[in-house]
Amino acid sequence: MVSDPPLRHTPLEAVHERLGARFTAFAGWRLPVRYGSELAEHHAVRRAAGVFDLSHMAELVVEGAAAATVVDATLVGSFAELAIGRARYSLCCEEGGGVVDDVVVYRTATDRFLVVANAGNRQPVAEALEAAAVGRPAAVVDRTDELALVAVQGPRAAEVVRRLATPAGAARVGGLAGYGCAEVELAGVPALVGRTGYTGEDGFECFVAAPAGAALFEAVLAAGRDDGVVPAGLAARDSLRLEAGMALYGNELSRDVHPDEAGLGRLVRLDKPAAFPGRPALERRLADPAGPRRRLVGLAGNGRRAGRHGYAVVAADRPDQPVGRVTSGALSPTLGRPIAMAYVDAGQAALGTQLEIDVRGDRAEVEVTPLPFYRRRGADGA
Amino acid sequence: MEVPAELRYTEDHEWVRLDGSTARVGITAFAQDALGDVVFVSLPELGAQVQPGEVLGEVESTKAVSELYAPLGGTVVERNDALLDAPGRLNDDPYGEGWVCVLQLADGEDVTGLLGADEYRQRTTE
Repeated sequence: MVSDPPLRHTPLEAVHERLGARFTAFAGWRLPVRYGSELAEHHAVRRAAGVFDLSHMAELVVEGAAAATVVDATLVGSFAELAIGRARYSLCCEEGGGVVDDVVVYRTATDRFLVVANAGNRQPVAEALEAAAVGRPAAVVDRTDELALVAVQGPRAAEVVRRLATPAGAARVGGLAGYGCAEVELAGVPALVGRTGYTGEDGFECFVAAPAGAALFEAVLAAGRDDGVVPAGLAARDSLRLEAGMALYGNELSRDVHPDEAGLGRLVRLDKPAAFPGRPALERRLADPAGPRRRLVGLAGNGRRAGRHGYAVVAADRPDQPVGRVTSGALSPTLGRPIAMAYVDAGQAALGTQLEIDVRGDRAEVEVTPLPFYRRRGADGA
Repeated sequence: MEVPAELRYTEDHEWVRLDGSTARVGITAFAQDALGDVVFVSLPELGAQVQPGEVLGEVESTKAVSELYAPLGGTVVERNDALLDAPGRLNDDPYGEGWVCVLQLADGEDVTGLLGADEYRQRTTE
């Protein structure tokens, strides 16, 4: 009998227990899926703010004189040009161009980058960075176990996070643009704070030493109590990111998916000189005037029945021939209608195309809809 | 988790309120808690004849889709259409406004296979 390895535990687990969290196993970790109602948590993030424990995310630090070269030789984006105090979304690909992981990279110094990878892809991303560092003056240090990651997301996030900083720190936090980052003190401990997130709202992701994570999480809740800030779990995180049209590795992205199919071809910077895994394959793909054979699209319908991961998408006039498959779907809490992301044949991907999802034997009518499904007021679309 | 003493239960975490020859059916507090927020419910047709164990409908939460099974055989004589627009009632009041349907039991339907409250509570705490 094969038994799974024991689950890893977040340094904030005791806080979640005390808050009455229900836990789930996710990417080998025991994580809070919800504290009470996941729909209430979702709405709280849209209307006020939620605080999330993301300590399972992998934090890989690349430092040394060749740090930028190493990141450029690993990921599809261009990082030599990334300003200090800025972050960028990128991809790590394999030789064939398939996606190994999607990551956010923070540049904290000329010779220092923090690469945040998905928990389940910690090892392959670390290996790709290490391979690029061979023979170069740079080191890759996996700091996942030393760090806690607390995200505060929602329209009240900026005000709440500012309350935890010193006056000078508050000004720096408030002055961060989207995808900016700064090292400040939060609730008395040093933190790297990025104006980044995975919910479609304004918000921050705060990296602190693992032992300080629990106190920071509780400080956010205390500082935001009168603003309606609540703890939020993985269930709300998933429905929030789906409304925001953001990919989840394992659903929208995998080694069987190429960046252009996922609508992420713009992340692949062929104008940089560096070779990186997948570059030749991606050059061929992106030069092909026919474009990808399938595309990631948004689908929206009416009623309450949502397509879910793995459900077939069919054309209304050819119900026996699937034209695609749902990667993520839910009844959108914010919009009150079913939404889904799906890969469909390129010929069925035009906006406005009428399709159907096979929902357990019933057909749910949907229309190809622009992503994201939800855009916050005042968002510049970045 | 609340397990009302006057109700009977099934292994599938449904409750049954026996009243003469009818049985009102719903899901238990334990079931709704395990499912999380219910976002969609499908109900049986009125007049449908069901056998014990036959699928009555389905309950979909943000996390999972579960089927509702007929705990007993009979005819569907009432259904809670309010759930179609307000499926959250299954979470908020599983033994009250979250009821699913009422069965007119088949003649001689044997109810002895249902669990008592104590037996059911024991199963949910094992």
